[in-house]
Amino acid sequence: MHSGAKRALFIAILAVIGISLCSGFFNRYYLGVVIDIGINIILAVSLNLIVGHTGQFSLGHAGFMAVGAYIAAKCTLVLQPTCPPWAQPFLFIAALAIGGLVAAIVGFAVGVPTLQLRGDYLAIVTLGFGEIIRVFFQTTETFGAATGLAGIPHWTNFGWAWGCAALTVFTVACIVNSTYGRGFIAVHDDEIAASAVGINPVRYKVTAFVVGAFFAGVAGGLYAHHKQFISPGGFDFLKSIDILVMVILGGMGRTAGVIIAAILLTILPEALRGFAEYRMILYSLMIIIIMIARPQGLFNFGRAAQTKV
Amino acid sequence: MVYGVLRFINFAHGDVFMLGSFAGYFLSPLVNRFLAPQSYLGGLIVLALAMAICGGIGILIEFLAYRPLRKRPRLAVLITAIGVSLFIEYTCQNDHVFKAAPREFPNLIPSAIWHVGKLVIGSNQVIVFVVTILLLVLLTFIVQRTKVGIAMRAVAFNEQAAALMGINIDSIISFTFGLGSALAGAGGILFAMNYASIDPLMGVQTGLKAFVAAVLGGIGNLPGAALGGLILGVVETVASGIPGLSNYRDGIAYGILILILILRPAGLLGKWQPEKV
Amino acid sequence: MTPLLKLANVTVRFGGLTAVSKLDFLLATDELAGLIGPNGAGKTTLFNLITGVYRPTEGDILFNGESIVGQRPDRITAHGVARTFQNIRLFGSMSVFDNVRAAFHLHIVSGISHALWRGRVFRDEEKAIAAQVMEMLELFHLGKFRDAPAKSLSYGDQRRLEIVRALATRPKLLLLDEPAAGMNASEKIELMKLIQFIKDKYKISVLLVEHDMQVVMGICERIVVLDYGLKIAEGPPAEVRRNPKVIEAYLGEELKIQN
Repeated sequence: MHSGAKRALFIAILAVIGISLCSGFFNRYYLGVVIDIGINIILAVSLNLIVGHTGQFSLGHAGFMAVGAYIAAKCTLVLQPTCPPWAQPFLFIAALAIGGLVAAIVGFAVGVPTLQLRGDYLAIVTLGFGEIIRVFFQTTETFGAATGLAGIPHWTNFGWAWGCAALTVFTVACIVNSTYGRGFIAVHDDEIAASAVGINPVRYKVTAFVVGAFFAGVAGGLYAHHKQFISPGGFDFLKSIDILVMVILGGMGRTAGVIIAAILLTILPEALRGFAEYRMILYSLMIIIIMIARPQGLFNFGRAAQTKV
Repeated sequence: MVYGVLRFINFAHGDVFMLGSFAGYFLSPLVNRFLAPQSYLGGLIVLALAMAICGGIGILIEFLAYRPLRKRPRLAVLITAIGVSLFIEYTCQNDHVFKAAPREFPNLIPSAIWHVGKLVIGSNQVIVFVVTILLLVLLTFIVQRTKVGIAMRAVAFNEQAAALMGINIDSIISFTFGLGSALAGAGGILFAMNYASIDPLMGVQTGLKAFVAAVLGGIGNLPGAALGGLILGVVETVASGIPGLSNYRDGIAYGILILILILRPAGLLGKWQPEKV
Repeated sequence: MTPLLKLANVTVRFGGLTAVSKLDFLLATDELAGLIGPNGAGKTTLFNLITGVYRPTEGDILFNGESIVGQRPDRITAHGVARTFQNIRLFGSMSVFDNVRAAFHLHIVSGISHALWRGRVFRDEEKAIAAQVMEMLELFHLGKFRDAPAKSLSYGDQRRLEIVRALATRPKLLLLDEPAAGMNASEKIELMKLIQFIKDKYKISVLLVEHDMQVVMGICERIVVLDYGLKIAEGPPAEVRRNPKVIEAYLGEELKIQN
């Protein structure tokens, strides 16, 4: 199992590159949706590390995504004119990485003050951080203020999106499936017992936030170079909820379930486009019904429902 | 208050607030058929009716969406509450319901303006003060001096023990929700009287700010919530007046919250409940 | 010789309540001691003080000569203090195997980068840990439950699992909080044998909080009695049993008939 992970990643990357090279043959619209799925997988799996595995209510994930999106977009917009075409992929990687790193720093800034907080307090504070980030971008001219940033080059393709998704899944899965990684789940289950066996809850909570924020930032960067336009409104509380619903539906802590949920919840709004008026009503109704009927998530086969969150 | 008894944040609270405003919007012309328009009595009736309607809506929401989840993990209830909130918002935005466009709220009471020194005070603003204080006094009375209030506090403290004392948990929880929602409805009317324009999404930011205020004061703690609300209101208003800072208005509320919680993790007046090991 | 654990004049106050008052206490290496007293005497509070969950208002706690006051609980565990809890605190969503595996945390080299790279160091270590976990589970008759959710075990098995988990941290001192609670007579005898076995095999000191006199008198070499946060007696079981202050604390003062 342990060495299989690297092999799986390698194969996945190869497959992704292969499909990407053929992507010219696919319908543009469907390709766009598939790229959206890839980005949402990154978002959902990264949030899952924080919420599902480590048990921290985080309602501001869109904030990390925003940081990554804006920073990456700004890097590209500033440097692209002076960048020769052969170097563009490297610029893209650099932009994504920088976006992710800044998001990770913000994740650290969010994780540290919230260490003492539990449950609902934590939820409101993370929500608050998400809103503060949004307000920041909404008022800062360098980032386009309320009008946002436009003209971002369309560099995200299937390969990049799904390649990063594969990397995210690999990273989170590998981290958690190790003796070190059991620490996250221990902190989730019982912080006091975790301390009693030598696990430092602080370290794990902060690590979860930092790693989760990093990948959310990368997803944001990919998003920016896919839609070519970003504005503060797209990274609001509702976006955070969207991602959180994917995690909950997927069973909180079940990486495979969360991936399936991300796929389904990306396709669903597209499939319901015909019912535009009723789409969000149905979506919210669905959330309510699922939570009442099957709170352990749709894809949580065989694992006992969590007794403590 | 709802948090104190039920231990969960009702995200739909802001939307009940919005429904209160809309109730007032539709009730006002009805009341005006029987009474002279813009009268204090008329305003009072609209307020009372809107509160009653919202109370009923709150009880309904609790019964349908939260009661089945009584024993479930906290995050599940939180998400459901968010779902209910979104449901109400989007349903109301639908063209067949209220539509998304803002509407102008009618004047419920005779408008008058008083000049006190340099201050210009409108009758709508005075009413907010008066009604708020009256409602807070009423709420404190109910919670501290009535049998229902004692039952509410008992349930908030220890649900199982309260049940063993013969308290009907379901009724108390329904009542708490009804009371909280009625107050939200009142908030909606008062808000609409002062800010004139109402729309289905008006409850979103206000609802969030309400939680910030409650958490700020120490959630589950009524005087704390009132204090939190006051502080938040003052800071936001002052900030709107300072050029350069006004853009950050929305962020300020959250900024204060984070600051206070770092220094006092249980809120300003909250009691830190250490976990029994 | 430095005592393994030393409490010097330890007092802890919660608001107006003094839970533990001016407590002096020594525990040597390789000693099995018991802590008894009526409910509310401060026994679990004492455990919480030693493990760093609470901080003493006054006084000092030394482990192996070094003060551990103010340190985080996980640091104190790293020094060699392990505990079980009055209300069993297992990691509910993990399997029996993982509950013990998580406790090996202190003694692994592999961190996050190793987990990602999955090189030789990581794989060898994971294999070694898995072997050690199984060895411990088998030793305590929990091997067959290895993949079962920890919550699905019987009460007695859960208690045993919690003890195994504590042992996995390789402690020098094991604190057991009411391990016999809820057990029947034969289970208690098994428990007494288990504790003795642990002490002999791992050469560690054990401090036991317990209400059951059969267990306490049966295996403890020395007993400390607390009442209202004060130490009222200390000594070998036979002595403590006869101590009038101890009898009074448990049974109340003799009624004085006026006349």
